[in-house]
Amino acid sequence: MAQEGMAPTAADTFPKLLIWHARVRPDHPALREKDLGVWQTWSWSQLATEVRLLAGALHTQGVVRGDHVAIIGENRPRLYAAMLASQALGAVAVPMYQDATAPQMVHVFQDAQIAYAIVEDQEQVDKMLEVREQCPELAHIVFDDPRGLRNYDQHGLVSYEQLRERGIEFAAANPQFFDEQLALGVASDTAALFYTSGTTGRPKGVVQTYAALIDRVRAATEFDQLGPDEDVLAYLPLAWIGQNIFSYAQALYTGYTVNCPESPSTVSNDMREIGPTYYFAPPRVFEGMLTQVMIRMEDAGRVKRKLFEHFMQFGRRIGGRILDQKPVSALWRLWYALGDILIYGPIRNQLGLSRVKVAYTAGEAIGPDLFSFYRSLGVNLKQLYGSTETAVFVCMQPDGQVRADSVGPPAAGVELRIADNGEVLVRSPGLLKEYHHNPEATADVLDAEGWFHTGDAGLLDADGHLRIIDRAADVGRLADGTLFAPKYIENKLKFFPQIKEAVAFGDGRAQVCAFVNIDFEAVGNWAERRGLPYTGYVDLAGKPEVLDLVAGCVDKVNADLAADPLLANSQIHRFLVLHKELDPDDDELTRTRKVRRRFIAQKYQVLVDALYGGRASQYVETEVRFEDGRVGKVAATLQLRTARTFSPVARAA
Amino acid sequence: MSRTRHHNESALLKVERASLTFGGVKALTDISFDVREHEIRAIIGPNGAGKSSLLNLINGVYAPVAGSISYRGQVRSRMHPHEAARMGIARTFQSLALFKGMSVLDNIMTGRTLKMRSGLLAQALRIGPAAREEIAHRKVVERIIDFLEIQAYRRQAVGTLSYGLQKRVDLGRALALEPELLLLDEPMAGMNLEEKQDMCRFILDVNEEFGTTIVLIEHDMSVVMDISDRVLVLDYGRKIGDGTPDEVRADQNVINAYLGLAH
Repeated sequence: MAQEGMAPTAADTFPKLLIWHARVRPDHPALREKDLGVWQTWSWSQLATEVRLLAGALHTQGVVRGDHVAIIGENRPRLYAAMLASQALGAVAVPMYQDATAPQMVHVFQDAQIAYAIVEDQEQVDKMLEVREQCPELAHIVFDDPRGLRNYDQHGLVSYEQLRERGIEFAAANPQFFDEQLALGVASDTAALFYTSGTTGRPKGVVQTYAALIDRVRAATEFDQLGPDEDVLAYLPLAWIGQNIFSYAQALYTGYTVNCPESPSTVSNDMREIGPTYYFAPPRVFEGMLTQVMIRMEDAGRVKRKLFEHFMQFGRRIGGRILDQKPVSALWRLWYALGDILIYGPIRNQLGLSRVKVAYTAGEAIGPDLFSFYRSLGVNLKQLYGSTETAVFVCMQPDGQVRADSVGPPAAGVELRIADNGEVLVRSPGLLKEYHHNPEATADVLDAEGWFHTGDAGLLDADGHLRIIDRAADVGRLADGTLFAPKYIENKLKFFPQIKEAVAFGDGRAQVCAFVNIDFEAVGNWAERRGLPYTGYVDLAGKPEVLDLVAGCVDKVNADLAADPLLANSQIHRFLVLHKELDPDDDELTRTRKVRRRFIAQKYQVLVDALYGGRASQYVETEVRFEDGRVGKVAATLQLRTARTFSPVARAA
Repeated sequence: MSRTRHHNESALLKVERASLTFGGVKALTDISFDVREHEIRAIIGPNGAGKSSLLNLINGVYAPVAGSISYRGQVRSRMHPHEAARMGIARTFQSLALFKGMSVLDNIMTGRTLKMRSGLLAQALRIGPAAREEIAHRKVVERIIDFLEIQAYRRQAVGTLSYGLQKRVDLGRALALEPELLLLDEPMAGMNLEEKQDMCRFILDVNEEFGTTIVLIEHDMSVVMDISDRVLVLDYGRKIGDGTPDEVRADQNVINAYLGLAH
């Protein structure tokens, strides 16, 4: 049942939704962008006018139905308008990761045969010109920010301003054009191509239709009863479907306001100013916020620290229960209210989470401790499950049924099944149409009965909630046949603020070994407070004191694992601290920062061998690629440690 | 990076046969050169070659004992620094000259002082025209903050920023004057490679976006060669080379000076 004020079913494409909002709430803010220190607002009617002009202009440039238009840059209102304008013409938007290097982009340009790119600034234009050497069909490049581009005279380069001028002329001469184009769009048209980061192999273009995207955002909107008054902050790449759904598709359905930060470095400040009411972030962002809080608390005075510790412990027991509206005694409620004044409220405010009605995390399993931290603060953080291929929403946790280890029951319209090998299968209106130009890959994931094979291993618990254990392909067995879920172990390690990334090995081996990446900020801060001098990352990561610190974390993880009979054998026997940060530029992480375990195992084969070979130290040399494409070398001799392991704890009856 | 731009050939600044002495020490001897409008002009030379003295001469801190300086055709034998500022000459300093306890925003705002018209009292009370004026100035300053990509530090005290960022703020303060001629005293000194590259980009962008003429001093030759249109080379207070980066690079006198051959 549609809520009042919700878009009618006749508005079945994003451009039609835009025009509908421009009619029913013309002055309501659609987009805000902080520019020159001030939040500038674009109302729905302003956005609609802009899209009209731009669509006409793109038409004069030769964009026709079915064309692919690349959109590359930070979250900027003009890029949002460009995406809408392309879609109004029946073209397909291809949002791409703005921090990808030119060679990484070439594949997408070739695969989708892209002739038009609308990009943010000089940095992206330079990349486009590099891409064009291998993809000559890329004929038109539009840029938003003209800075530094004054003397570029390459063919096909045009500024957003110039394009807009053409749009004004065109609209004056062809006042009917836009509405005619709008009417041509239907729900079954392809809205966008999302290239998946691909933990394995080359990125594949996921074809999503308006029908699929709009159906899923409708389900999500109704699920949490969201309305046009929500505020969201758009600060993650638009190429990631998570951000695209929350700040584009769902905003266009619901009519809420999307806020674009001033620059990537001001996000936390801007978030505090906006106070989003609907928030979505992958676990690493929540992890980053927690690390900041922890660092600040370590620098705080004794009284504050004691208060913080007490109320966080108390909050872990009570906060979640209060959020879930479970019975809690009046005295505890009172004590929690005091904590809210002293600790929870101020922390929420510092993090910009004061106004959050619903926050979601997805994309990766979230550590139980991390998850409960936010819930004990009184932030209604919930989990959902989905992927690019399912237009995000497959499972969502309803209020009152939130748990750290599951992702909730299937969302409206979704059918769920667990295959015999443990893989999660999904049937939903939000499924991808296909992978672009890749029928084999499509056949691999979409079977004849319409089930999508997610590649995740999971199980449905007694309440019908889905529990994801790991990637189906990654779950392995130790040599003695017991379960080995690497991500589970890595997540446990990563909960420590001092540890940024971890990679666990153990499939087919007798024991588990791990690589650890320190968090430079947190450990650097720790070292400074101890008066421990260091020259840089490599030096800090190699300090014996730092190794001791990490060893302490590993011990705690082992103690935890020992308590779980299924996982007691997965205790970490040996570990090392890597001399360089794992980096997407070196292909060690995906663009969404998931560790590429197999690639890392190959790249650092010597280290893995040294760990299992029982050596005490190992020399290693690694190539690193800088952002501008230059290549350098980092070398270090790493110390390998053996961790303390615990005998399995017998479970109390 | 190759620079192919069309310059206005007219000289903005002309120094003719200028000499400068401190007691018996000859800091500069018989130096002649000009700066054309919209160009990036580098002055290089080994330590103690007289680079900073020459900059101070242009800026009006020192007066030449012989020779003359003309700016926009007006000949001056002596110009006070505040006059230079009024004429549209701004500079940055090798050893930073910022208010460490003040925010980035306020530091750059100080660069607007010369442009403020309303009285002290009106400004303090923020009434009428003073409030409007402040908003206008703030807009200029915000544009500079955006340009230099220091939005995240707007409210931070300058003293807490890294050296590279402080240099950027110093440049911002000079830009707030909306200068015609910008003098940069070793803008890249003490920076790491990445910070140097950033600074180069900002200098090129200032030159291109605002059309500002830039004179910069640097002893790191490689940096200068990439971004300047013409290079003046000093050694022991004398001019030993002047021309495009390629000409200077091929000049035997310059090679000798930099390789430390006998004079």
